[in-house]
Amino acid sequence: MEISSRQAIIRPRFLRKRFPRASTRRRPQSRLLYWLFLAACGTVVALILTVPLYLIMRMVGSGREAAQLLVKASTLQILNNTILLAAAVTAAAILIALPVAWLTTRTDLPGRRIWTILSALPLVLPSYVAAYLFATILAPKGMVQQFLEPLTGLERMPSLVGFPGAFMVLTFITYPYILLTTRAALQRMDPAMVEAARSLGSSPWQAFRRVTFPALRPAIIAGSILVTLYVLRDFGAVTMWQYSTFTRVIYNRYLSYRLDTAAALAFTVVVVTVIILFIEFQARGSMRYDRLSSGAVRPQRKVALGHWKWPALFFLGVLITVTLILPLTGLSVWLWRGLSQDSSILFSSVENSSFELFIQITAAAWNSLSVSLIAAILLAFIALPISILVVRYPSRLTHLFERVTHLSYALPGLVVALALVFFGIQYTQSLYQSTPMLLAAYLVLFIPQAVGSQRVAMMQISPRLEEAGRSLGKRPWTVFRRITFPLMRPGILAGAALVFLTCMKELPATLILSPMGFSTLATQIWANINEAFFARAALPTLLLLLLSSLPLAVLTLREK
Amino acid sequence: MSQTTVRCQGIYKTFGSFPVVEDVSLQVKAGRILALLGPSGCGKTTTLRLIAGFEQLDSGLIEIDGQIVAGNGRHIPPEKRRAGMVFQDYALFPHLSVADNVGFGLNSNKNREQRIEELLTLVGLPGKGQRMPYELSGGQQQRVALARALAPRPAVLLLDEPFSNLDASLRLEVREEIKILLQQSGTTAVFVTHDQEEALFLGDEVAVMHNGCLEQIGAAEVVFHQPRTRFVAEFVGQADFIPGTICDAGVETPLGLLPKHVSLPDGTIVDVAVRADDVQLIPDAEGRSHVISRQFLGIAYMVKVNLPGDYPVHSWQSHQTEIDAGAAVQATIRPGHTLTCFYQGKAV
Repeated sequence: MEISSRQAIIRPRFLRKRFPRASTRRRPQSRLLYWLFLAACGTVVALILTVPLYLIMRMVGSGREAAQLLVKASTLQILNNTILLAAAVTAAAILIALPVAWLTTRTDLPGRRIWTILSALPLVLPSYVAAYLFATILAPKGMVQQFLEPLTGLERMPSLVGFPGAFMVLTFITYPYILLTTRAALQRMDPAMVEAARSLGSSPWQAFRRVTFPALRPAIIAGSILVTLYVLRDFGAVTMWQYSTFTRVIYNRYLSYRLDTAAALAFTVVVVTVIILFIEFQARGSMRYDRLSSGAVRPQRKVALGHWKWPALFFLGVLITVTLILPLTGLSVWLWRGLSQDSSILFSSVENSSFELFIQITAAAWNSLSVSLIAAILLAFIALPISILVVRYPSRLTHLFERVTHLSYALPGLVVALALVFFGIQYTQSLYQSTPMLLAAYLVLFIPQAVGSQRVAMMQISPRLEEAGRSLGKRPWTVFRRITFPLMRPGILAGAALVFLTCMKELPATLILSPMGFSTLATQIWANINEAFFARAALPTLLLLLLSSLPLAVLTLREK
Repeated sequence: MSQTTVRCQGIYKTFGSFPVVEDVSLQVKAGRILALLGPSGCGKTTTLRLIAGFEQLDSGLIEIDGQIVAGNGRHIPPEKRRAGMVFQDYALFPHLSVADNVGFGLNSNKNREQRIEELLTLVGLPGKGQRMPYELSGGQQQRVALARALAPRPAVLLLDEPFSNLDASLRLEVREEIKILLQQSGTTAVFVTHDQEEALFLGDEVAVMHNGCLEQIGAAEVVFHQPRTRFVAEFVGQADFIPGTICDAGVETPLGLLPKHVSLPDGTIVDVAVRADDVQLIPDAEGRSHVISRQFLGIAYMVKVNLPGDYPVHSWQSHQTEIDAGAAVQATIRPGHTLTCFYQGKAV
């Protein structure tokens, strides 16, 4: 009797999913702390939501013109270009990344460690830098042509302006995203799964198709989302190669003060990005392909390549040459030309331009470093309550917060900058083109990176540890200071390093929101490239690459 | 005289609309060990966490050392309850050394180092203070967790499935060590387990929980020999049940006529709890019971027999017995035993 009444109370599955039961009841013990957390989260969310809301307001305000623009054939052409580029780059990146991932994890390829490092390195090239280097190297009369002419008599390289150039550059610098996620999945995969498939009668190829590939799919999709987003947000490569995607057109409108139509296009790109993200998230769904059982994973057995190792080495060699050695060679050539040029000026003329250049670059480097460092620290602090709240006290409110921070992935830097500019002009004159404004843009753009790595760190800390601290007579704040925070520290540092790195490289928002006369390495490179001072862009580029890889190097060394 | 250290009175806890603890009342006297026993999901861990203060009561009252810590609108936070907790996964702080783990709950004064070493010696790990938790074996980690919980001299020690993460051979050893340790230090303890053997071994008293309710609480022997409900008989004693019909002469069962010690009207059907050590088997070609299976368990054979009317029961048999599956046997009750009868789930 008693038992049957109880069975009636057992909650149906769908209810359990929508209203996770233990979670709804958990609250931080300190009320004040909880409200403080909510306030921090609320500020971030408000800031992020400002962007799309403002774009809508602006569009509605301009009325007919914006509406007409959106249905014009040229807008559809831009939409077409953008989607074509994103799809092509993603597909090409998958095609490059898959074999590299497999070769470096599952085979006895000689020098796997070195190939692994080299193949991930193109990530450090900002798109405008890569675009500029490839553009000058592969120009009809560029370095490659000059190198090939005496050998083959080639007089002109085919022009790559437009789609081919943008496609090539973006593929080269984004394929590592898919490579990294796929490699990780391949390493995590339990060899017993493939063995199980084989013992059930599958051939090696069938086992790959039916077991390995499906297991890799979430990783490939996760990497693809990153690549697609990169392309949709990219400003440098498309502008450099004069391929009209949304970002390029929006920037041009902004330059010619057609702000209403810029807002309309900016809103469109946000909508398109959200739709594409939604489709890709749907494709990923709630698939779960981890190992379900416990116990240690046996190490993978390596496939012996035999004679196939020569074509494999050739493939990797060509890939590294094209994606890494070629642009770096180009950079060295420009660097050398720039230095000899400037020193010739120094020795032959009274104008001390080399010294001026040095001062300029030092100032820019200092600006880049200080703004990025402030942003990294600021975002780490703001992300902290969000990640704690989301992991420890999940409720519908905190889930909503998390969703909104995901929205920031869909906001290109250019769009965020424009929205803040509009907003600044209209409501907060004093803040327009000021450092706080720039930091606000960085906050909107990069908060998910900080939250992401803190969240992962937080999820690995068992709530039992905090409870143990409490049961030993320590107050919540003491427990946080002595247990939670020290355990989270690596995640906080990693997140901050990531934010630092991306802020250093960020171009469009910095370009638009920097205070007058405030130049960073990124804006200086861009200015020099735009005026075709390729040699003068080389030194700040080198500095940017060195300074932005610094935190990564520190983190990598700490891990070992 | 012994005073009460932990007292729970009519405590209720629901998660959402799902009741997990319903009207549980129990007491633990100073220096005694209470085992909270039950299958997974019965609410025993939640009861422990309510005492520790990690969950908030819906209604009822919890007292530790005579002070109300929960109930009557009060919720004393865990750090002020003097309830030391040993977690199932030990929850050792991975970034702190063994000594810092043990000393975490101690205030920094000059006796701190001394107290840490004292505890490490108590749990058999002297001089291991500088090790990191991951350098220790599972059994050692468990002892560190115990030392850490004991360090601030808690009023009561709470242990959540303390042995479930140890492998079988280690479990017996650690269990004995801990029993001696708790008894010697006179610690009051409540521990949660789903293993009836563990509960009977370690608990001075055993509280059996089922579906959020307390089925029975009492001395280990009492709970084992005089189960108050059918569930307790089944879970603690692993009893089989056969139907019995009350008649004039006694209780009529497939195992024969049993002496009647209940006063129910004739014709009432009751469940009779039968344990494997109660059933005697005699090989007999004419017998009406049949052996279903025979399992070798090392110390003895466990024989499963189908009684007339299709009622399977178990029986311990010594190594000398040679009864194979399919053989016909005569099953009887070993004399000198009163068997508990259950009417509508309750002992009568």
